[in-house]
Order: sequence, then C-alpha cells, then structure tokens
Amino acid sequence: MTLMTYRDAVARGIAQELERDDSVVFLGEDIGAAGGVFKATGGLLGKFGPLRVADTPISEQAILGAAMGAAMTGLRPIAEIMFSDFLAVCWDLIANEIAKTRYMTNGQISLPLVIRTGNGGGLRFGAQHSQSLENWAMAVPGLKVVAPSTPEDVIGLLAAAVRDPDPVMFFEHKGLYSMKGEVPDGEIVDTLGTAKVRRRGTDCTILALAAMVPRALKAADVLAAAGINATVVDVRSLVPLDTATILDAVARTGQLFTVEENPRLCGWGAEIVSVVVEEIWDDLDGAPIRITTPHVPLPSSDTLEDATIPSVTRIVDTVRKVME
Amino acid sequence: MPTPTDLGLPETPAFRHEVDAETELELYRSMERLRRFEKRAYDLFLQSLVKGTSHLSLGQEAIAAAFGASMRPGDWTFATYRGHAHTLARGVEMAPIMAELLGRGTGLMAGKGGSMHLTSVEHGVMGSYAIIGAHLTIANGAAWSAKLRGTDQVAVCFFGDGTTNIGAFHEALNLAATWKLPVVFVCENNQWMEYTPIGSVTAVPRPAADRASAYGLEPVVVDGNDATEMYGAAQDALRHARSGRGPVLMEALTYRHGGHSRADPAKYRPAEEVEPWLLRDPLVTYRAHLVRKGVDEGVLKAIDEEVLREVDDATESAKNAPQPDLTLIERDVWADGSSAWRN
Repeated sequence: MTLMTYRDAVARGIAQELERDDSVVFLGEDIGAAGGVFKATGGLLGKFGPLRVADTPISEQAILGAAMGAAMTGLRPIAEIMFSDFLAVCWDLIANEIAKTRYMTNGQISLPLVIRTGNGGGLRFGAQHSQSLENWAMAVPGLKVVAPSTPEDVIGLLAAAVRDPDPVMFFEHKGLYSMKGEVPDGEIVDTLGTAKVRRRGTDCTILALAAMVPRALKAADVLAAAGINATVVDVRSLVPLDTATILDAVARTGQLFTVEENPRLCGWGAEIVSVVVEEIWDDLDGAPIRITTPHVPLPSSDTLEDATIPSVTRIVDTVRKVME
Repeated sequence: MPTPTDLGLPETPAFRHEVDAETELELYRSMERLRRFEKRAYDLFLQSLVKGTSHLSLGQEAIAAAFGASMRPGDWTFATYRGHAHTLARGVEMAPIMAELLGRGTGLMAGKGGSMHLTSVEHGVMGSYAIIGAHLTIANGAAWSAKLRGTDQVAVCFFGDGTTNIGAFHEALNLAATWKLPVVFVCENNQWMEYTPIGSVTAVPRPAADRASAYGLEPVVVDGNDATEMYGAAQDALRHARSGRGPVLMEALTYRHGGHSRADPAKYRPAEEVEPWLLRDPLVTYRAHLVRKGVDEGVLKAIDEEVLREVDDATESAKNAPQPDLTLIERDVWADGSSAWRN
C-alpha cells in the first residue's frame, strides 16, 4: 500500500494505461510540459513523449474531435477538458457526435475514449469554474458517467474507463485533488457501473458522489454519536447505475437521503429517488429526501460558497430532523 | 457559355493532369451515378417516400467524383448532411443508401441514421455529420491516428461554405496545421449557405481560401465544376497530405442546382446568377469534353443506361424493403449491443 493524493492517482492511473497499451494516447491543454493545471498529469510527457502525451491549443472542440476521430480509427484516447464548465463549449462533440455515433451508424463505429475533467466547487472559483455537471452527461444516451471519490477509485475506475469500448465521462473532483488515501501497489482495475457501500448502518441510507462522499461519511460519524446509524453508499457510477446495490441498501434501512453537489433540478438523486419510489415503495418508512445545492449558480466568496454546497452540518441537521 | 471570370472562377486551369482513358470514364460514370441518384431521391421525396429531409449535391458532382476516384481504399471520407454523393463516390452501393433514405430495415444503417448520417466504415466513409463544423475536428482525429500508427492514410473532409464561419472550422485548421496532420479539407463553395449568400455574411471574398494564410497554409482555389481540374486538384492534395507535409485547405467553387433541402425551389436566387452556372453543369461539360476528345458517344450512352438501371433497381429494392425491426430502437447504444443504463 502507498499513501497518495487523488491528484497523483490521476497521473498513476493514466501512466498505468499508457504503459499497458500502445493505442492509449492522452491529449489536452497544459497536460504535458506544464503537468496539468491541477498538477495531476506531471511526468507523463517525459515518460511517454509528445506523440502520446499531446499538448493542445485552447480548442475544446478540436480536442474532443481529435479524440473521437482517433477512437474510431484504432486508438484509445484520454482527452482532458480542464474544467468541466468548459464542456459547454464542446457539448456538440459530446452530446451530438460522440454519444450518438454508434447508435446512428447501427453499430458500425466504436468510440473507446475517455473524457476526463475537473469538476465541482469549494475552491472559490465562482460560477464558471466550479459546477458539478455530471447530470448533463447523465442526461445524454450513449455516455457512461463516472465520478470517483478516492485515490484508489481514481486509478481503478480510470483503467476501467480506458478499457471500456464506449465513451466514458470521467469527472474528477477539484476539491479532492489534495486528499490522501491508501492505494494498493501494482495494477488496479475496477468495474464501471458499481456503487460501493462505504459504511454500514441500520437506520438510514445516505447516497453520495465524489466530494460529497467524505462529507457524508463525516456526517455519519456525527450522527452515530447521536444514536443514528447510517449506511453510506458511494454511487461512483451514474451510467451505468448500480441500482442493485442502491436498492438493497435503501430497502435495508427504509429511509433514503441523497447528497448532491449539483443544483436542485434534475440532479442525479432525482432519478434514483424515482427508481426507489417505483420499485421498493413498500420498503420505505418515509419520503426520500434530497440534500442538494439550491437551484442557483455557485457564488465565489468562501462564506457564500460554503453555505451553498451541502456541508457536513447540513447533512447532519437534515438527517436528524427527519429521523428524530 | 459564361467565361470562368463571369463566375468568379480561376481564369486559367491550375491542376491540369494527364487523365488516362479509364479514369475519364470512371469519373464520368461516377458523376452520372451521383446525378441520377440525387434526381431520384428528389422525386421520391416529392412522393413522400423519402421522409424528413434530404440535401442534394446536384451540380456539385465533380468534387465528390474526383476525390472518390483519387482516394485509396484505406483513406477516410468525412461528409456533411449533404453526403449522398460522397458516400456513393466511395463505391457504396445505391440500394442500401436508397433504403436508408426511405427508412427501411435494409438501409445502410438499418434506418437509424437517415439521409444526413450516411456511414459505411467498410468503404472508408466514416460518417456524415449534420452539425456544422464538428466533423473537421473529427477528421483531424483520424489523421492524427494515421500519423501515430505510422500508416499513410489520409482523411478527406468535405463541408460547405457556411462552415467557414463557425468556430470548429478555425479550431480544426489550427490544430491540423500545428500537428501537420494528413488531412484534406475541401470546402464546396456553392455560393449559398442555406438561404443566404455566403458573400453577404463573410468578411473575405473566398470564405475558405482567404482564411488559409491564417493557418500558414497555401490558398487553393479550384473550378469545382470542371472534373478534370478537380481530379488534378484532388491528386495534388492527397499527395501533399500523404507525404507528411501537413493539411490542405481547398476551396472548390461550384453551384447548387437545387435548393438547400427538401423541396426548396431556391426562388431566393436571382435568375441571372443561376443561369450561367447551369450552363457550366459539370456533367454536361465533362461529357462534351470527352466527346471532343474522341470518346465514342455510344460508350457514354451505355454508361448512362447502366446507371439508370442501377438507380431503378435501387429504387425498387428500397420500396419493397421491409420496415426496420422495432427491436432496433433499444439496440447499439453500447458496444455490447444494449442500451442498458442500470443493472
């Protein structure tokens, strides 16, 4: 085991795949010589050279087009879009082209590619560099959507994404880059479409994603001291969605909470709540409750931002109010 | 006959290559196939057998035919929603294309793509793209792949004049030039975007060629209605890209004989503009050129008849083809054939 940061896990995960398979290539803005704007891709250029680790201009459409064209002709590209907010300037490539091409061509074209992106708030970057946009991707048929919450998951899920024959949107959380975690030595390969139960409790089930996972786990510790034992499920993969694990965890406790960093409307929790209500209604003791960012753009000030994104305190207070 | 200058075409031919007799007939047959197919597609649209929309290449056949005759089997075509011609020109059979236009189960994509998305990977037709600009960036990716894998494949990307004003065009050109990618960008300047003349909304007279210098490329302007010129230009461009010297941006001047799409009669175009261009119909002028060179008219007539039979057969086969199976709706979102989003 090695203690490593989420950011170093990104570089290790990419290196693991570049090392393993010559058809894997990596492109994006500032990823090579600069080592990434979040310093998550350092050392890759030196090790694998400029042909396989390619610095690009600030041209998000050109980046994703290059990834798509390369993927349909035999390569397995990993493309970086620096901030997930920038997905908005290349959404045509993602939603119209990459997501739909296999379907429209009746299966003639495969697009084994990964789009990595820095997602999420908490860094005081304001409304255009802080969004949690995994819901956008989740809404488009043809995209797989992953958001890891630990360094080990970064490596394992990235490997699974690179090896997957379909396009995968890989949402790294900017607020987690400095977090440390134990990571096993050697090759790590995980499975897409699998949630993980991070904590077992008998009273309620809290579903969380990415940066909301450590918050949910902290909240669960606080709640335990108050006599409320929560199960915490790290959803990890929105598409495919591990409804088996989720429904099982919710059915066991009878009470569901989701913790979502995204603004309220059409958050991933809404889809899960609808599945829960349709399929295990009889197992529920009360209405599912969603804890989300209000339906607003994210403000920049630390005071305002901290009060906007779900916090440990807000999770604890909401759960206690319902459970007591 | 209007002079080239009347139509803003290059005054002197610039790409005169020796074209052997076999290739001449291949070019003629290809243009004839595109012309007859498109005319039939239009008729079938008026009969409501082609549903939705279709965008025809009537009048622009020389460009597709010249590249179709010049590209190698491993080369890639990236076309737009006006892509029937480019798909046919790579040797795809008419019947599955016609069936796709009619939404039938025997269609090129079993009815899941339609007129605007014709794709035949086995023929190197890597898709027809219906959002302006995107496929220039995608063609780059294929070219990048050829470069990384050390093959000599070339990606050829066709697009209209209107594309030159969208951001993706400029992103793609810059990256292709910076990375020296083996890609040929072919702007089919048919003078009109949809319903607005390109010149009225563009800062420079040549929407593609006048932008070339911004990316360190040579401006290339071709008479896109002259099959011999187009063939020479295609040969030169492919050779340039294949030799590792980077991309080519070509502007082929041509004219849409019909409207933008569907049954658009294109009444917004002034007759004094339309008429001289119709006189420079690429098929009519090429036929006359071949006859002048001594090609037996009987040979050309035989080609015409064969092509007409091919179109008739494709039409009948498409009309009689079964509707697509409804199980296709939820198939092939993913590589495992499914559309499952949960377990």
